[in-house]
Amino acid sequence: MYVKQISVFIENTPGRLAHFTKLLGDNNIDLVSLSVADTTHFGILRGIVADYEKAVKLISENGYTVKLTDVLAVSVPDHPGGLAEVLETLSGHDIVVEYLYSFVRNAGDHALIIFRVDKLDEAEKVLTEAGVRLLSQDEVRGL
Amino acid sequence: MAVWNPKIECAKRSDVEAIQLERLKWSVQHAYDHVPMYHDKMVKAGVKPSDIRTLRDIAKIPLTTKTELRGQYPFKLLAVPMREVVRIHASSGTTGQPITAGYTRRDLDTWAECIARIATAGGATENDIAQVSFGYTLFTGAFGLHGGLEKIGCAIIPISSGNTERQINIMRDFGSTVLIATPSYALYMAEVAERMDALRDIRLRVGLFGAEASTEEMRAELERRYGILATENYGLTEVMGPGVSGECEYKCGMHINEDCFLAEIIDPETGEVLPMGEQGELVLTTLAKEAQPAIRYRTRDITRLIEEPCACGRTQLRMEKIKGRSDDMLIIRGVNVFPSQIESVLVGQPGIGPHYEIVVTREHFTDHLQVKVELVDASLLEKYSELEKVRDRIRAQLRTVLQLDVEVTLVSPNTLKRFEGKAKRVTDLR
Repeated sequence: MYVKQISVFIENTPGRLAHFTKLLGDNNIDLVSLSVADTTHFGILRGIVADYEKAVKLISENGYTVKLTDVLAVSVPDHPGGLAEVLETLSGHDIVVEYLYSFVRNAGDHALIIFRVDKLDEAEKVLTEAGVRLLSQDEVRGL
Repeated sequence: MAVWNPKIECAKRSDVEAIQLERLKWSVQHAYDHVPMYHDKMVKAGVKPSDIRTLRDIAKIPLTTKTELRGQYPFKLLAVPMREVVRIHASSGTTGQPITAGYTRRDLDTWAECIARIATAGGATENDIAQVSFGYTLFTGAFGLHGGLEKIGCAIIPISSGNTERQINIMRDFGSTVLIATPSYALYMAEVAERMDALRDIRLRVGLFGAEASTEEMRAELERRYGILATENYGLTEVMGPGVSGECEYKCGMHINEDCFLAEIIDPETGEVLPMGEQGELVLTTLAKEAQPAIRYRTRDITRLIEEPCACGRTQLRMEKIKGRSDDMLIIRGVNVFPSQIESVLVGQPGIGPHYEIVVTREHFTDHLQVKVELVDASLLEKYSELEKVRDRIRAQLRTVLQLDVEVTLVSPNTLKRFEGKAKRVTDLR
């Protein structure tokens, strides 16, 4: 049960990020989760949107380099140590987390966190077996 | 492939040189008699036309520079009265006063003959539909190629440059088989055609590229994108325009139209003529130009002459791809850098597009060289390290080629400037 993440190349020049987020806003595309990391010269914006097909079309038509990536949307118990339990499950199976970031919204007593790992299928299996809930694309769409 | 004029293009060396000597004597006398600038220069140097007894004697005549030609603006270089002139062209003048060029009726015939030879060498035939995407202006490119292609019998589409989507529509609908453009514009056209999803309906088989220096990597990119045979040709307004030389299908140097131009290579520092095969500045003398002869004109183009026979059967001397115009050369922290060296590293690199921009600045009295390229491969967005790898790889290769540290900046696709004529890739802010 994966969700699609968009990754967008953003030049590290004044106004580029504003320009990009305005483009989404003007076209009524909601970022339900977002992470921007940057170096001196460029940044990669990663995020989850409800309608990724529409978003990708719009973004590439507007001259941005964009890529879709499968990630896991993990519902993590929102209490101290909640995230550690999930991470231990993954590391116990030699699964490497490449990056993670949290949702803007949460689901009651659970925090929603996006995981990008090296072994997706295995991660899905071990997390489900450990009783961790993963959100589907449709659920993300409804957030 | 065919040779347009085997009698000249495949002649014995001794026959070529006999024609050259006879014409050189005529051309020097003509310039001496009718162009005050050449007359004065020769008098000052103590040379008379009658001193030209062998081809080597040309070294007795002083060299001519672009600055000297500019001083003759607009028509003081004409060796015939205006009533015999049937065409006037001019250089773009982007670097100063334009250089004007006049042509008699016979000059236009000579020009068409020169182009017919290089276009045939590049693969054009009477069966072709030729799209001329050079600007039909004062610039010599479009009209020059036009005359020669017409002589061959191509069906010419004189579309001029610009309005790229229309270029692609016409290319597809008319079934153009030959494209005439600057390499940078041809590349941009390919990009637009790809975006329009029209590339597979395009029937191009030959590209005749010129008017700007380009690299082997750029040629490979053009051949790959369009599936064509891409050749390069060379010329400059000061001596005629395109048609001085052009490549054949073997792409191993541009065959010089030696019955119309005498080529020498000099040491750009001392002005001394260099032995055959050595690299230096190309100097050209017109041998058949009536309206406006050019005697020992310093082209500022760095190249080398090749006398080994070519597999195509032509016996003319060839000139190597221009390494760069000496006035395009950048001096960065005391190191000579030709933009073509940078291009050779960038074009064909995985992950990035073929367009680039070079920015030179000076910070704290130190020159700083920045190269901008467009990131096109979205799969690199998976990991930062992938993007950094691309950047570091380019930087390392540039360092190897240039012996300089270069800042490499990745920018979004379609954000660098595209060119419809000659590309201007260097911004020098020093």
